[in-house]
Amino acid sequence: MSLDLTDITLTYPDGEARLTALDRVTLAVPSGSLTAVAGPSGSGKSSLLAVAATLIAPDTGTVTINGGDVTGLSRAERAGLRRREIGIVFQQPNLLPSLTAVEQLQVMAQIDGRSPAKATGRARDLLDAVGLAAYERRRPHQLSGGQRQRVNIARALMNEPSVLLIDEPTSALDHERGAAVIDLIARLTREWATATVLVTHDKTHLGAADQIAEVRDGRIASQALC
Amino acid sequence: MFVAWRDLKFAKGRFALMGSVIVLITLLVGLLSGLTAGLGEQNISGITGLPADKIAFAAPRGGQDLSYTDSTVTEEQWRQWGRAPGVTAAEPLGITVTKATSGDRSAGISAFGVRPGSALVPEGGAPTGSSVVLSKTAADDLGVHSGGTVTVAGRPLTVAAVAGDASFSHTPVIWMDLGVWREIGRPAVDGRPAATVIALSTSGADVPATDEAAGTKTVSKADSLSAIGSYSSENGSLQLMRGFLFAISALVVGAFFMIWTIQRSGDIAVLKALGASTAGLLKDALGQAVVLLTGGTLIGTGLAAGFGAAVSGSAVPFVLDPGTVLGPAAVMILLGGLGAALSLRRVTAVDPLTALGSAR
Repeated sequence: MSLDLTDITLTYPDGEARLTALDRVTLAVPSGSLTAVAGPSGSGKSSLLAVAATLIAPDTGTVTINGGDVTGLSRAERAGLRRREIGIVFQQPNLLPSLTAVEQLQVMAQIDGRSPAKATGRARDLLDAVGLAAYERRRPHQLSGGQRQRVNIARALMNEPSVLLIDEPTSALDHERGAAVIDLIARLTREWATATVLVTHDKTHLGAADQIAEVRDGRIASQALC
Repeated sequence: MFVAWRDLKFAKGRFALMGSVIVLITLLVGLLSGLTAGLGEQNISGITGLPADKIAFAAPRGGQDLSYTDSTVTEEQWRQWGRAPGVTAAEPLGITVTKATSGDRSAGISAFGVRPGSALVPEGGAPTGSSVVLSKTAADDLGVHSGGTVTVAGRPLTVAAVAGDASFSHTPVIWMDLGVWREIGRPAVDGRPAATVIALSTSGADVPATDEAAGTKTVSKADSLSAIGSYSSENGSLQLMRGFLFAISALVVGAFFMIWTIQRSGDIAVLKALGASTAGLLKDALGQAVVLLTGGTLIGTGLAAGFGAAVSGSAVPFVLDPGTVLGPAAVMILLGGLGAALSLRRVTAVDPLTALGSAR
């Protein structure tokens, strides 16, 4: 299981011209490994993540998940792919205010057409894995920022994705809590054998990665295995 | 409905407020429907209760509309209808709104003149040259029973029976002999005995040809109701109010769900980014609207029905039946659902890409 981005180019309209967000980007992420994508703001990190998440189609190039080209899929097929194969950890937790911690995870089963009640066991296991077993009945406003982010991570793993895409998960956390979240992501990547992409601008988190890709002006400026 | 149910429970205040609006609109629609039907009954039950399928009026002149007030048919016209093929019964019916008294009580009544032995009179009553049959409301208003005496337009008559509860133009009906009616009611036409209309029971009759030959204008019993002047104007106004209330409820519900959808567009973007299908999200949102509408409408309808039951038998003309209770409720849910569905289209426009990098 892996994620492969091959020769990806993505442009956005910018007045009458087009702005190049990604310029012939190629990145391979094997399963069970954590690839950190670093770079300054506006370098194209989030665009790369959006393309990998099938939220936006590239102008050229291919996105391959588990060997299958997903670039030309329809909107409904891409949604199905995100349900089953891709876990997304948002920059902000983006939890639904009306749901408790355990329900935030159960909703993933519901949108996949499965019984939320039957998914309770797995949801509890995941909350336990991120250290929140005692908080399953709490709603987002009753959790701290770090706890919300851990629910966000657990939610992304709920449907056993083969690809985990993580967008600046520590931007709203202090250094200590941020480091704990990165350690958690690294541990879960190994345990669940996901092909994980971690977008970050904080270089202190790069030590947990198996591979580091630095993006500048929409291009991979450097790529190295750790 | 997983998220929708929890939203309903979580945002109790907002949904309770909206639910209260639906309850109040439904209550108002229910009350108006019951009153419309009640007032209608007071206006038309004397006609709708007739054992006939068509009503023949004297053909109006000068482009005038049919009118129970203006119509006068002759005995000859009645006999022509009685002889017409396909006509199983033709009964002359005289109608006059006048005053009746009994002791120190008086009431406005509709005097319905019929031939002796006419099938138009409710079962249990048979007016003669000296007796009348009172509807229940007429008997109550005048405080008389069978065997008592009432004076109609100055003529004393014995109460032969109290039967049925027919009303016409908001006055209770008193059934009397056609001869008596002619004396107190409308004068004969050209010296020939007359009535107001002819109540017809037909089966394959050539109505246009007979109308042409007899100089009458015949319409169905239901269409003849528009010839009761007060009914047309009153019913039209009340139905207009009801229509406006339905439209207002659809707009209010639509506006609420549009604002609600805009408020939770961030949640919708997250769910879409996580892989939720647009169809599933629409189903969820519409289900939420239907739950709110159904709950609010049921409570409002229950309150309206309770009011109807409380005033039943009083002077308030309120009809409580499935048509006046469940009909408006169904229309409220249908139109409210339509308003919600139109506003919920916004769900399709939410871009899941906005979930990336958004802070909520």
